[in-house]
Amino acid sequence: MNKYIDLFLTFAKIGTFTFGGGYSMLPMIQREIVERKQWTTNEDIINYYAIGQCTPGVIAVNTATFVGSKTAGIPGGIIATLGIITPSIIIIMIIANIINLFLGNAFVEKALSGIRVTVCALMIYSIWGMIKKSIKDILCFFLLTAAVVSTLFFNISPVYISITGIIIGIINCLCRKDKIK
Amino acid sequence: MLLLYFEFFKIGLFSIGGGLATIPFLQELSVKYGWFDQKLFADMIAISESTPGPIGINMATYVGYHTAGIPGGIISTLGLVSPSIIIILIIARLLTQFKENKYVKSIFYILRPLATGLVISATVQIVKISLFIPEAQKFIDAVKFKEMMLFLVMLTAIFCLKKNPILYIIAGATVGIFIF
Repeated sequence: MNKYIDLFLTFAKIGTFTFGGGYSMLPMIQREIVERKQWTTNEDIINYYAIGQCTPGVIAVNTATFVGSKTAGIPGGIIATLGIITPSIIIIMIIANIINLFLGNAFVEKALSGIRVTVCALMIYSIWGMIKKSIKDILCFFLLTAAVVSTLFFNISPVYISITGIIIGIINCLCRKDKIK
Repeated sequence: MLLLYFEFFKIGLFSIGGGLATIPFLQELSVKYGWFDQKLFADMIAISESTPGPIGINMATYVGYHTAGIPGGIISTLGLVSPSIIIILIIARLLTQFKENKYVKSIFYILRPLATGLVISATVQIVKISLFIPEAQKFIDAVKFKEMMLFLVMLTAIFCLKKNPILYIIAGATVGIFIF
């Protein structure tokens, strides 16, 4: 199959089955992009998420642009992004016309509760994969805990956490003599 | 039309940190141009959260479509993603160039656990509203039992069988219609 068509269809598929924004896209990305197509690695996906936190725009779109451009250059980045937004555009325009049928419908609400619970379980599986890839020593473990605590209990914006991370990264590089894996 | 593209380009450029960050900007838009009222805005958020796709994209399409029909929906969404595409393409190019640079390596080594932590926090929030009743006094009253059962079954299945996330989403929706 043509590489561009493949990129478009794969990201359209991810866009269709993502409920609830950038983070819940993670299980789909891991399955389709990393395991199936092998366009990138789990480690790279975490890097993209980290960059997505401190650059403008929707995280899902940022990740799509990254993977697309890594696979097929600048046109690849644009096509992957168009792929991920196309299902949204179509679905939203349809639903906008039948908004009264959709909002408050018992079947829709029940199905969505089921989906939400499922997304929780899928996310935990993805997080497990992320932890295995990102925790290499005690410093990493400390940073992870600090990020969780400061967002959950002190409501600190992810933007500041990422910026602090960049500063720590630079200091870390200046101080350490051994090589970083 | 040009105004739609430009306004959403601006939102895409200034909303850092994901879809939900676009909401305050959209609210400002509603005050500035009167394209939609507060009631509709609340409905838009509800729909964007419960339909497939990134929330920010869904919101942009909805506002654009409501203001100027199908072309409006497409233009506003393209406006929202344009700045990201440009910025990310530049960063992607720089990254391939400086991949072996020790500073870049060190920064990602620190950023990876932080990003993981942020995903954990986001997941805790979803788990809290999906499986628990936040207002309850005692822990045992706070657990939504049917949801918790479904969650545990799903979790076991995912860890033991792997398989495609799409299958789980469809199964979750189907089971949800019958048990909730």
